[in-house]
Amino acid sequence: MAYSDKVRALYQDQLKAIQDAGIFKMERYIHSPQAADIDVEFPAGSSLKKVINMCANNYLGLSSHPDVVKAAHEGLDSRGYGMSSVRFICGTQDIHRELEDRLTKFLGTEATILFPSCMDANAGVFEAVLTKDDVMISDRLVHASLIDGIRLCSAMHDTFKHSDMAHLESKLQLHADKRLKLVITDGVFSMDGDTAKLDEMVALCEKYEALLLVDDSHSSGFIGKTGRGTHEKCGVMGKIDLITTTFGKALGGASGGCVSGRKELVEMCRQRARPYLFSNTIAPVVVAGVLKVLDILSLTTERRDKLEKNAAYWRKGLTEAGFVLREGDTPIVPVMLFNAKLSQDFSRALYDEGVYAIGFFFPVVPQGQARIRTQISAAHEIHHLDKALEAFTKVGGKFNILGKTKQEIIDMYGM
Amino acid sequence: MEDLKDAVLKYVSEEYLEEGSDPITYDTPLISGGIVDSFSMVSLKRFLENRYKISIPDGDATPEAFDSVNKIVVLVKRFVS
Repeated sequence: MAYSDKVRALYQDQLKAIQDAGIFKMERYIHSPQAADIDVEFPAGSSLKKVINMCANNYLGLSSHPDVVKAAHEGLDSRGYGMSSVRFICGTQDIHRELEDRLTKFLGTEATILFPSCMDANAGVFEAVLTKDDVMISDRLVHASLIDGIRLCSAMHDTFKHSDMAHLESKLQLHADKRLKLVITDGVFSMDGDTAKLDEMVALCEKYEALLLVDDSHSSGFIGKTGRGTHEKCGVMGKIDLITTTFGKALGGASGGCVSGRKELVEMCRQRARPYLFSNTIAPVVVAGVLKVLDILSLTTERRDKLEKNAAYWRKGLTEAGFVLREGDTPIVPVMLFNAKLSQDFSRALYDEGVYAIGFFFPVVPQGQARIRTQISAAHEIHHLDKALEAFTKVGGKFNILGKTKQEIIDMYGM
Repeated sequence: MEDLKDAVLKYVSEEYLEEGSDPITYDTPLISGGIVDSFSMVSLKRFLENRYKISIPDGDATPEAFDSVNKIVVLVKRFVS
């Protein structure tokens, strides 16, 4: 038997090391649809507890919207469950084409191609459009999926300091001799909630003849006046060469993603992107749901407007309570605790108070920058936010961090 | 080659150190110490090549050869005519 006792022990030791380091991930089981109020089994085997969800990417509250669920049912009935084929053999339905066209219109681009996930979009896009004669220059805080895609590409890779435009410009100059330069950034950064300076980045890319890719997964549907994304917010609609995004967050929250942008680049993905070529695309039931989400967002901005108000209310409440926050104006509001163990203890205490929010620490965030990342939803009502604020304030008082500066918290708990 | 040492030290400090980090010395481990990751070695290599008009073959640009300012100086000296 190849899986010998020696091999088993090797993995057991690795898992124990993860546990000993305090970074072993435990799943919490949700027994209800995704929503502001959820029924959770945690730890495994314990009785269900109703808690307020403050950590879902359900920004627009559409994950369990009755119209989306109904459309998904109809999609299931009319187009079936699975395709049993990749796109280019016999795995493309009319509704896949319809969704690509609708996304192109929604994002204000030239063309769109669907992927099984945005992780797959990011894994496939770079190798599809670049060669070893090119360079990729990415923000140092881009999402892990972009980093994985970059690793799979033969082009040279360099980085610039987070949102530092002078540093980006120096890198564009350093790599001036390359055939193509592709600048890569998140639209909204998932752990900090800040927005990329896309207007400045577009200007630099025009100056140095570079392409620009933006992962708008934490933006599509709600950032910008009509929710098109960070390119709308920054006034650069039509000027982003490649946008990657997900349907697994605001746009219904199920799964799937896409690359949208210049039509030749999108066509290159259709010809060469390996996750597109060698994996089934989004199931018809999900396509039908996302189409309904786009219908809803095209009719009204009511949900993103409510989300904006909710996020401002939440940020103001936490600030007045005396927490140290990461600055920003998006629904991602990180409560800074700096110490990894404190972030875990704080999360557990919040759960005991009926609030579900997760603590993040190194290596997910830089060393010494542990935090509770809160995420606001249009599904939250003011009473949810008030109850959560009450819980945060109670737990913050218990750990004696209210009104304390970053340094004072570090002095008490360490980095 | 003091100029080279100082130039590399200055570049690495400005390029890779976060605000508030401890300063590095000529012998501080850069790669094995987690200050410079393998991605970021690219810009360091290109900086050296552009500044000193040299070409460092990929086979010579190893993490070991880039692991401290002093080691980088040894590497660059090999290619400066």
